[in-house]
Amino acid sequence: MVQHKGAGAARLELRGITKRFGSLTANDAVSFAVAPGEIHALLGENGAGKSTLVKGIYGLLQPDEGEILWDGQVVHPANPQEARRLGIGMVFQHFSLFEALTVVENIALGMERGTDRKALAGRIAEVSRAYGLPLDPHREVHALSVGERQRVEIVRCLLQSPKLLIMDEPTSVLTPQEADRLFETLRRLAREGCSILYISHKLQEIKALCSRATILRGGRVVGSCDPAVETARSMAQMMIGAELKSLARRKSKPRAEPRLTIDDLNLPADGPFGVALKGVSFEVGAGEIFGIAGVAGNGQNELTQALGGERQIWPGKAVRIDGRSVGHLNAERRRLVGLCGVPEERNGHAAVPDMSLAANALLSARNRTGLARGGIIRRQAAHGFAERVIREFGVKARGAEAAARSLSGGNLQKYVVGREVLQTPDILVVAQPTWGVDAGAAATIHQALFNLAQNGAAIVVISQDLEELLAITDRLAVMNEGRLSRALETTDATIEEIGLLMGGAHGAPVETTAQQGSIQNVA
Amino acid sequence: MLLRIEPRPEVSRPFTCATPAIAMLLTVASGWLLFLALGLAPGETLYQFLVSPLLTLNGLAELGVKAAPLVLIGVGLAIGFRANVWNIGAEGQLTIGAIAAGWVALAFWGQEGLWILPAMCVAGMLGGLAYAAIPAFLKTRFDVNEILTSLMLTYVANLVLSVLVFGPWKDPDGFNFPQTKLFSESAILPILVEGTRLHLGALVALGVAVAAWLLLSRTVVGFQIEVVGQAPAAARFAGFSGKRTVWLTMLLGGALAGLAGTFEAAGPIGQLIPKLTPGYGFTAIIVAFLGRLHPLGIVVAALVMALSYIGGENAQVTASLPQAATGVFQGMLLFYLLASDFLVRYRVRLLAAERKLVTAS
Amino acid sequence: MIDTFVLVIATVVAAATPLLLAATGELVVERAGVLNLGVEGMMLIGAVTGFAVTIASGHASLGIPAAALAGAATALVFAVLTLTLMANQVATGLALTIFGIGLSALMGASYVGTPVAPLPKLHLPGLSDLAVVGPLLFGHDALVYLSVALTIAVAWFLKHSHAGLVLRAVGESAESAHSIGHPVIAVRYLACLFGGAMAGLGGAFLSLSYTPMWMEGMTAGRGWIALALVVFGAWRPWRVLAGAYLFGGVTILELHVQGANGIGLPPQVFSMAPYLATVAVLTVISAGKWRGRLNAPASLGKPFRPSV
Repeated sequence: MVQHKGAGAARLELRGITKRFGSLTANDAVSFAVAPGEIHALLGENGAGKSTLVKGIYGLLQPDEGEILWDGQVVHPANPQEARRLGIGMVFQHFSLFEALTVVENIALGMERGTDRKALAGRIAEVSRAYGLPLDPHREVHALSVGERQRVEIVRCLLQSPKLLIMDEPTSVLTPQEADRLFETLRRLAREGCSILYISHKLQEIKALCSRATILRGGRVVGSCDPAVETARSMAQMMIGAELKSLARRKSKPRAEPRLTIDDLNLPADGPFGVALKGVSFEVGAGEIFGIAGVAGNGQNELTQALGGERQIWPGKAVRIDGRSVGHLNAERRRLVGLCGVPEERNGHAAVPDMSLAANALLSARNRTGLARGGIIRRQAAHGFAERVIREFGVKARGAEAAARSLSGGNLQKYVVGREVLQTPDILVVAQPTWGVDAGAAATIHQALFNLAQNGAAIVVISQDLEELLAITDRLAVMNEGRLSRALETTDATIEEIGLLMGGAHGAPVETTAQQGSIQNVA
Repeated sequence: MLLRIEPRPEVSRPFTCATPAIAMLLTVASGWLLFLALGLAPGETLYQFLVSPLLTLNGLAELGVKAAPLVLIGVGLAIGFRANVWNIGAEGQLTIGAIAAGWVALAFWGQEGLWILPAMCVAGMLGGLAYAAIPAFLKTRFDVNEILTSLMLTYVANLVLSVLVFGPWKDPDGFNFPQTKLFSESAILPILVEGTRLHLGALVALGVAVAAWLLLSRTVVGFQIEVVGQAPAAARFAGFSGKRTVWLTMLLGGALAGLAGTFEAAGPIGQLIPKLTPGYGFTAIIVAFLGRLHPLGIVVAALVMALSYIGGENAQVTASLPQAATGVFQGMLLFYLLASDFLVRYRVRLLAAERKLVTAS
Repeated sequence: MIDTFVLVIATVVAAATPLLLAATGELVVERAGVLNLGVEGMMLIGAVTGFAVTIASGHASLGIPAAALAGAATALVFAVLTLTLMANQVATGLALTIFGIGLSALMGASYVGTPVAPLPKLHLPGLSDLAVVGPLLFGHDALVYLSVALTIAVAWFLKHSHAGLVLRAVGESAESAHSIGHPVIAVRYLACLFGGAMAGLGGAFLSLSYTPMWMEGMTAGRGWIALALVVFGAWRPWRVLAGAYLFGGVTILELHVQGANGIGLPPQVFSMAPYLATVAVLTVISAGKWRGRLNAPASLGKPFRPSV
């Protein structure tokens, strides 16, 4: 049991919360307490049970065992409405917003029924001014930037004067500068007495913001600490459980002849919510790992598709492999000339969830490894190839006939990366290689990329995880609103510089200086 | 005792095969109740419906006659449904196919020649294919929903047929009945079993089902259809074109429906009349689902549906049951099938029992 | 001349009303994110029930609510299958249509050829007797006014009420609506029931007013046209209203052109008009790239199941 020191009655106390999904125990007797006005971190890797736990507090899930105490009273919030009535607000990682509705309509949906929308618009303007969260109540959400969308969620909570605000991985979609602004707002709320339960796996953030941290691993509380006195390394060890291996940065090699050349690549937006690519250019040499950073939704998906051949490009010379124009080729023909890719989304994009791993091998490996000849499928060969991927990449699966859907995220990711790597491509384009993957699987995947580069392949890694890019790439560039920045040598790049490039033309920094210079100064 | 419903990590194979049987049992049970409600002797009526058609050679042959078009259309539709292409205008494609084949038959009326029948089949398939090309074009070019367009075109096709048989193609010696001349001998499908109406088309349908099974299970094209239907993004990743798959499946479905129309005109009917089928184009939708979108399953499902048609006709005579009862049974069967499919994707657990297990361990 | 005009308009109104009722109902269903393709089946069940109850009781005032109830009951089957048992919405909608055609024919077999008194036209002393305006505005039966009133009510409900906002939210993103605590499945159930009741009313209008009798398959594709109207109306009640009257016009055009047909075209050619018009209109709407698409509820047709 974790005791909270000092304060009298805790704002929120959990006692032995347990939640099971089938045979999986997502939360196992979790106990901790949050004091009034405290910013309390809930730290853990993906899959440690953080989201499940807070869904229980917010009334979205019902714990199987244990008690929730609110200001000393046992409560059982049966749904989010009840939780909100108690004074609990929550900002979701993937926003719970409605694209086609206006800001005021979105906020009205999170309030009690019968709120007058005119009056509400006035209050939104008021609160957003008071907390430095500028918002136009009558704009539709699809026209807002990611940072603005998060403001909508926060304002929605603030309007109900919450006593506890739950923030689920709030900075995963923000630029470093936007994150700093968010921290100011949160500190101010805490000063006013609102408790904040801050979920993250980013250690630096927690050190900067939180006064207390509870660490979850495999659904259990494994420790509690004061982040200010801990080092990032010691917290990471608690979070991951094993002694942390030092991430050795790769040494840059002398530049070789470019194998992949992207030359003034332009691509119109695909649909109303898409991003157009504007004059993207870069080169990747043999043995080089090239990183592309950026906040989600700035054209990375479009770039992945344009490189992998899911979208074809005319004239084809915008994409060249060893000098040969390939932009006009589709994904299948690009693989035949040596370019393989792994898209960001595993389920439904890199793999068909309801098909077996053997069938999924056919998806991208049918030509280069002879799994199909003359239009006829060679089932034995497909089965064999799938088993080879499973073996060589340590994929935990029932076998080649297991459905892709039955694999955990990390294992499926190892499978889809392994499937491309074992085709020994000349060029590999991989998006979010370790998204939602545990540390062990991430290491396997990174090692595979290193080996491939060692053997002379050119590799492009598109990722939102800056730490990953800094650890594994030789050079990197930043995407912002469909444009790619100049490339930086990774060894010379600083987080600040990359952060500024990520913010690019977002407009947020400008707004900041104009409207809340004082807050910016504090940061 | 609490029930907990959980998605299965993988689709349940045994249940996939068992649900059609479960659905049929439930339908028969509901039929029992329905007949009771209608004041009929349930046992007797069900016997008329389900068993008596199987007792005579003629009954069995009729089963084949009615199953043949259902297999042809059902296989075509199933290939489309697998690709998430919802062509529900097979009835219209069948009609246009029959018109095209009928045109050949009438143009060469009275002539002899082994080539006439094949020519009719080609014309019929082209007719159905061309008619299916309209929704395919609208879908791929303008993103128009194929469900609505293919269905609207069915009404149009029936009106086209009606224009022809009431107008220019009407048999001048037909006592002013809206029908064409009876096709001549060389435009009529050969009979397989003497004394019945079972025609060559039944064998062709069986061959088509086997070919479709090989296509779907053994070829890259079949794999492509499956991937496009289940995960369009994965299909693009694999280099499969969604639009080409729409074209392929729509045209294939249209051609097979056109062939079914040809067989109806050149088989049991022997001419063109305003109402060519008792709605085979729609019943084939049920056949496709009941057969689990699997060509061989569809053969079995088509036989079941054919039985319901013949049984319906029998019961109409013996128990004066309205013909519409057949439609009710078919609709009910599809409902039960869709409902029991729940068991394929989800599992129901008894929560109380599970708790005990946990505490015990 | 004016008399002809009044007559033509009156028939347009009559032809538009069943489409408007069914399409407005389906609009609500689709705004909640559910695609029910069984409109045709629900209309037929409504038509036969309304007819049968009216004959049995002698009162259309009982027949009409019965039709709405029957439509809703049919929709309930759809809702249980798709919302609770997670069946494919497209397949279930098709099943509902096939089932509805069969069941209505079975229920109506003994009513074929039975006449029924058409719904009385409303008669407002003074107003209905006005020249031109009287018969145009005040000379229809109650269901005509009800259809327009319900469309206005739906428009208001969606735009201004809290419940309407919740319904739109559910149709936009079921996951988000669930995560802030709105009962997605319950909202969708209610929307489906409303859609079924409206389709039932549309059917009752056909069998009690438009052609006061029962005939197998008497909807003749109107349920499908109603579905197309929702797309045509870009999921907006007012545009659906306009679309219904436009299509009513196309249907009626057929009758009148046919009468004045000098070229000797077969009558069937004119009967094709509504179906071909539907295809044409859908093409024009869909070809207008993203505009229409932006209005479509984002989670239309996508199944949703809350985790427990």
